Amino acid sequence: MKNNAEAYWKANVSLIVKLLVIWFVVPFLGGIVFADALNSIQLGGYPLGFWIAQQGSIYLFVVLIFYYAKKMAELDDQYGGGE
Amino acid sequence: MSLQMLTYIVVGFTFALYIGIAIWARAGSTKEFYVAGGGIHPVSNGMATAADWMSAASFISMAGLIGFSYQGYGGSVFLLGWTGGYVLLAMCLAPYLRKFGKFTVPEFVGDRYYSNAARIVAVICLIIASVTYVIGQMKGIGVAFSRFLETSYETGLTAGMVIVFIYAVLGDMKGITYTQIAQYVVLIFAYTIPAIFISLNLTGNPFPQLGLGSTLADGTYVLDKLNQTVTELGFAEYTTSTRGSTLNMFVYTLSLMIGTAGLPHVIIRFFTVPSVKDARRSAGWALVFIAILYTTAPAVAAMARLNLMDTIEPTPGNYLAYDERPQWFKNWEKTGLLKYEDKNGDGLIQYSADKATNEMVKVDNDILVLANPEIAKLPNWVIALVAAGGLAAALSTAAGLLLAISSAISHDLLKGVIRPDISEKGELQASRIAMAFTVLLAGYLGFNPPDFAEGTVALAFGLAASSIFPVLMLGIFYKRMNTQGAIAGMLAGIGVTLFYVFQHKGIMFIKSTAFLGDMSPNWFLGIEPNAFGAVGALVNFAVAIAVAKMTAEPPKEIQDLVDDIRSPHGAGSAVAH
Repeated sequence: MKNNAEAYWKANVSLIVKLLVIWFVVPFLGGIVFADALNSIQLGGYPLGFWIAQQGSIYLFVVLIFYYAKKMAELDDQYGGGE
Repeated sequence: MSLQMLTYIVVGFTFALYIGIAIWARAGSTKEFYVAGGGIHPVSNGMATAADWMSAASFISMAGLIGFSYQGYGGSVFLLGWTGGYVLLAMCLAPYLRKFGKFTVPEFVGDRYYSNAARIVAVICLIIASVTYVIGQMKGIGVAFSRFLETSYETGLTAGMVIVFIYAVLGDMKGITYTQIAQYVVLIFAYTIPAIFISLNLTGNPFPQLGLGSTLADGTYVLDKLNQTVTELGFAEYTTSTRGSTLNMFVYTLSLMIGTAGLPHVIIRFFTVPSVKDARRSAGWALVFIAILYTTAPAVAAMARLNLMDTIEPTPGNYLAYDERPQWFKNWEKTGLLKYEDKNGDGLIQYSADKATNEMVKVDNDILVLANPEIAKLPNWVIALVAAGGLAAALSTAAGLLLAISSAISHDLLKGVIRPDISEKGELQASRIAMAFTVLLAGYLGFNPPDFAEGTVALAFGLAASSIFPVLMLGIFYKRMNTQGAIAGMLAGIGVTLFYVFQHKGIMFIKSTAFLGDMSPNWFLGIEPNAFGAVGALVNFAVAIAVAKMTAEPPKEIQDLVDDIRSPHGAGSAVAH
């Protein structure tokens, strides 16, 4: 049981780390640090860096949370039938 | 029917609806009072969280901040910061705190760090962060009322206080949850309908999110046209002007994200869902509902700015005569939030980036969203709806904050520390009294100079980021964290944040006590005080971990408690101890 709980927690933490890397890279690097460079690419009337900072990242955040919730629900089942 | 009459009817109807719901759903027990009995559906909770979160700042001020003060791209810090925090909340805090299953944030801190001292420090952080936040809501209510009742800001604020007061006496988590759902519906319609109209007018695309990337009637892209117009007037280019340095924008965004995840009135919303799974999903739904407004806001900001400049200067060099100014211009002049000064005496309105010749001497950020439908010449019922939406946003957030404050006082201080033997009824009464006093305090502070109210928002996010978020996250993810580490970390985090903010803005925001001395503003790597919360959080993490390593590890039962909150098994509904 103890090992089971530990494995569950490890799987959770590694999932969080993976998703937080995406959470960091897209808005902070794409939307801020390298925004100027990306602005040379146009997305319709949007410069790409500007779009990531004012639109794209927000959509990404929603996807990240639902993906996490779905993966965790699977982990919950895998490690002992949820609640 | 006159606009004012229509506004009274729409606003009056929505208020009657909120109060009706609050009475219908009144709580009977402490569990219903604090966490709505723990039986709220995750989608409903998501909607209530969205209303709880989206305040007067999001609804009334944000588009204006993006479009004017932060000159376009710089405003991304709010869009990113105030949404990205939900990812942290969903993965790092909400599920485990839900599993813990108590009523308040300081209660978790007190139990996890087996210390009343830690609990009291958490209560103090919570109260300062939440009270400063309430002041912003009061200001928003004052602005909305003053325009739509055509009174001064002070009268508007007083009217707002009376309504929040009635609301507070009725308020509890169960009632507030259902009212917030109604308020979300009102505010999201009020925000998106004018945006859809304006996007259609300008670009022919009904989705503002797409309209902002589309072309105007003359075939140029909205953003290209805007860039051209603002640079001609001497302003920075809309799509690229950063707020301070790139590093400042980076840290500012991170501070708002961490601060968002650490705000207690948002965290406690996740105590109301039935299970840990629901807490995770509910955070996703909350962000969906928030994103509808947050992806619309940049379009509102850009299009409103374009419309405003088009009104003042229809074609280059051809200025609007002051005598021919439209009705909305006159209406907003009455509130003092819009000011014109004929510097060159030609009777025309010249708007430019040059302070010496600019005649639009004041365009308050807060009027952009409220005046937007009038500027775009939308029908009166849309204008009335926007007024109701602004008030819904301010009221729903004020209610959530007041509940967080009063439960910290009645549940953590009174029941938890001072008088553990208090009856359930006594605790509820104490909570309602605490709420009433908080309304008075916030109203009083709302009357103080406006720069006070503005400065406090930085403090609210700074404190939440530098104290509450790290202590909660370490409590869950770092089993070795003990009392000494937690308290030292919180004090260090708050300490550096307060120091930096007060150094710039004066002790308790009294301007004359600012102690920058020979130092230049934003001396720390060019980071402005509003953006300092992330630095405070880093200091908190570092100090807490260092101190915890040097002191004894927490007792066995606490380590077991951490194991328990990490596992979703057996999460009952929230209980009092």
